Amino acid sequence: MQLSAKHHEYWRKNLVITAVLLAVWFVATFVEAWYARELNQITFLGFPLGFYMSAQGSLIIYVVIIYIYAKYMRKLDLEYGVDEGELE
Amino acid sequence: MSQTATFSHRTFKSQLKKYYSFYTGGFIAFVIALAVAEQLGMSREWIGYWFLFATIGLYAGIGIMSRTAEVAEYYVAGRRVPAFFNGMATGADWMSAASFIGMAGTLYLSGFDGLAFVMGWTGGYCLVALFLAPYLRKFGQFTIPDFLGARYGGNIVRTIGIVSAIVCSFVYVVAQIYGVGLITARMTGLEFGVGVFVGLTGILVCSMLGGMRAVTWTQVAQYLILIIAYMTPVVWLGIKHTGIPVPQFAYGQTLQKLAEVEKKITADPKEAEVRKIFKDRADAANAGLKDPAKGMAEGRAAAEKRLADAQTANAPGPQISAFQKAVTEYPTDPEKWKAAATKDKGLAARAAPPRPHAEPYVGKDEKARDTARLNFIGIVFCMMFGTAALPHILMRYYTTPSVQQARESVFWSLFFIFLLYFTAPCLAVLAKYDVYTNLVGSSFASLPAWAAAWAKVDPTLLNITDFNGDGIVQLAEIVIGGDLIVLATPEIAGLPYVVSGLVAAGGLAAALSTADGLLLTIANALSHDLYYKMIDPSASTTKRVTISKVLLVVVAIIAAYVTSLKPGDILFLVGAAFSLAASAFFPPLVLGIFWKRATKWGAIMGMSAGLAVCIYYMMRTYPFFTNMGVPKMDLWFGLNPISAGMFGLPVGLLTIFIVSLLTPEPDRETQELVEHVRYPHLRGDIVTEAT
Repeated sequence: MQLSAKHHEYWRKNLVITAVLLAVWFVATFVEAWYARELNQITFLGFPLGFYMSAQGSLIIYVVIIYIYAKYMRKLDLEYGVDEGELE
Repeated sequence: MSQTATFSHRTFKSQLKKYYSFYTGGFIAFVIALAVAEQLGMSREWIGYWFLFATIGLYAGIGIMSRTAEVAEYYVAGRRVPAFFNGMATGADWMSAASFIGMAGTLYLSGFDGLAFVMGWTGGYCLVALFLAPYLRKFGQFTIPDFLGARYGGNIVRTIGIVSAIVCSFVYVVAQIYGVGLITARMTGLEFGVGVFVGLTGILVCSMLGGMRAVTWTQVAQYLILIIAYMTPVVWLGIKHTGIPVPQFAYGQTLQKLAEVEKKITADPKEAEVRKIFKDRADAANAGLKDPAKGMAEGRAAAEKRLADAQTANAPGPQISAFQKAVTEYPTDPEKWKAAATKDKGLAARAAPPRPHAEPYVGKDEKARDTARLNFIGIVFCMMFGTAALPHILMRYYTTPSVQQARESVFWSLFFIFLLYFTAPCLAVLAKYDVYTNLVGSSFASLPAWAAAWAKVDPTLLNITDFNGDGIVQLAEIVIGGDLIVLATPEIAGLPYVVSGLVAAGGLAAALSTADGLLLTIANALSHDLYYKMIDPSASTTKRVTISKVLLVVVAIIAAYVTSLKPGDILFLVGAAFSLAASAFFPPLVLGIFWKRATKWGAIMGMSAGLAVCIYYMMRTYPFFTNMGVPKMDLWFGLNPISAGMFGLPVGLLTIFIVSLLTPEPDRETQELVEHVRYPHLRGDIVTEAT
């Protein structure tokens, strides 16, 4: 089948949100781990920040990343008419 | 989708909610009933038996109720599993005996550096969500090799996929069955072998009768048990140390207090005395081993002198008897002496003061600290990409009703996994604080009850010896096995035995649910991918399902046999499974979806190269292999063999990239398949979903 310009735009938007969320994931994981010693100088909620991020903060960010992706893609599907219809 | 289908999905979901609410209530009532029975005098063994047989009976019951001989039901639970419930099932599928029993202990023992596993085993789901789950769901067949076969064409890619899936899943399932045997033995006092057998029966009744359908609904039940079991003691310990029932948000205070205690222990002269004993013994052993005959004689003289000195100095009684014992038990046989000296050499590790719990990358100099950091990142990397490549997890996203539900289901998966993984670091800190303040400093004559009991039951989990003979427990005198933390928490928190039984049942649920998913993956790779797709594509559906069931039993028996040999390096094997999966599967799966240009030969060469680099690095650096005669080589950048995937995965990606560009573009049909998986719904679309 032939994809329309609209379809290509949908895919581009998908790639953009994927890249943005992946960048957040990268910072929350590898940049955080790289600077964990420095972050530990800061206290957050009674925790050294480096420890807090690895034990809890980054995990929360991961959950939020996936939530945002699911929500955004649902909207995008509807907007570009590639959704699967009502299916609970 | 028609209106009736929408309606039936909705009714189904509300029915599920009703069933599982009843079930959760019933389980809590069951635990309360046992608690009452304990007060009325029920013995510990019987509480253990009740937990064991009630839960395994329950899983088997769900298995029998979900039995099926239909292909789509057997392989993907009829693709009717709502996002929320698939999330729970994935959580149980994911969290193994190692997560449930071992994780908090690892964090207790290695402090910050253990958090690499916490991050790796959660962050990997971002990759699943962004790169794989929705696209695999749209493709909608039964297994991961299915996708590789369809995307790249030909049987070579599929075969590499089958072999990799079986290797990763098999080493992993051996670790689970080992866990099942261990927990069952501990719960009931049955033999390890009998424990393996009982657990295996539970796994088989469930997965054999109903395949994915039965496994899914059992895993939901198992998730509920394991999360209740993990949280209960933590809530109590939290009230004890932080004053609130959700200590996950408040243990920062405890962590600060712990840091104070650590400093105090490091400065304490009695602690220093014990550490010096270890250092001296390690040094003496090192020196003695250079010239065993002389070392042995000198060692004896030193022990005798120590005893004589203590007697003339009028030292306390227990100290003299300890020294006396050292003299009378001094080895006379040179071989035995050598063994003892080698053991003493290991004491050097105990001569160090406690490492600060929250401090990352501890090392003796800047270079050692940088290597520690690199290894932390290596583990995070391999665990994450391994998560996003293990077939038994990816397979679960074939079971949702739609692409959107697959996306939401990854969210629920991580949410349910997160609940346990953000609790484990908290549990480690609370337990450590308890040990450092209540056990350390107590007298040997009146140890806390839980410590006395565990030291007696299993010295590999808890060993306390009065090395300096002062009758007081120093931290350096305690050796803790990682598994102790979760197993003993109920007693540390002062809870009745029924909670210990509950925790064991939770560990069993974690091990069984993961074993279920893995065995199914292996059996499906053999029956669906190898037999049906490659050997006999005309096989009837009944025959396919029957073959799959038979294979499941055969694989389970082989896995149990391997487990009974008790292969030593189980933890390494589990880590290796992640590195292997990351190197073999991640590059061809992701490029297959995101890059139309990726070709068959690219995938073949990339998967082979990734696997080869990964296996080569492990073989040449891991002691298990080098001791068997494989020539040893230096670590690359100081990176440990468990993180071999950090080399394998980039090599795999690069190879696919280069070889694809050197080979002709994939045909129109393949490109259409890629377009097809990228859009949840297209008008006039091709159909790939298997029924």
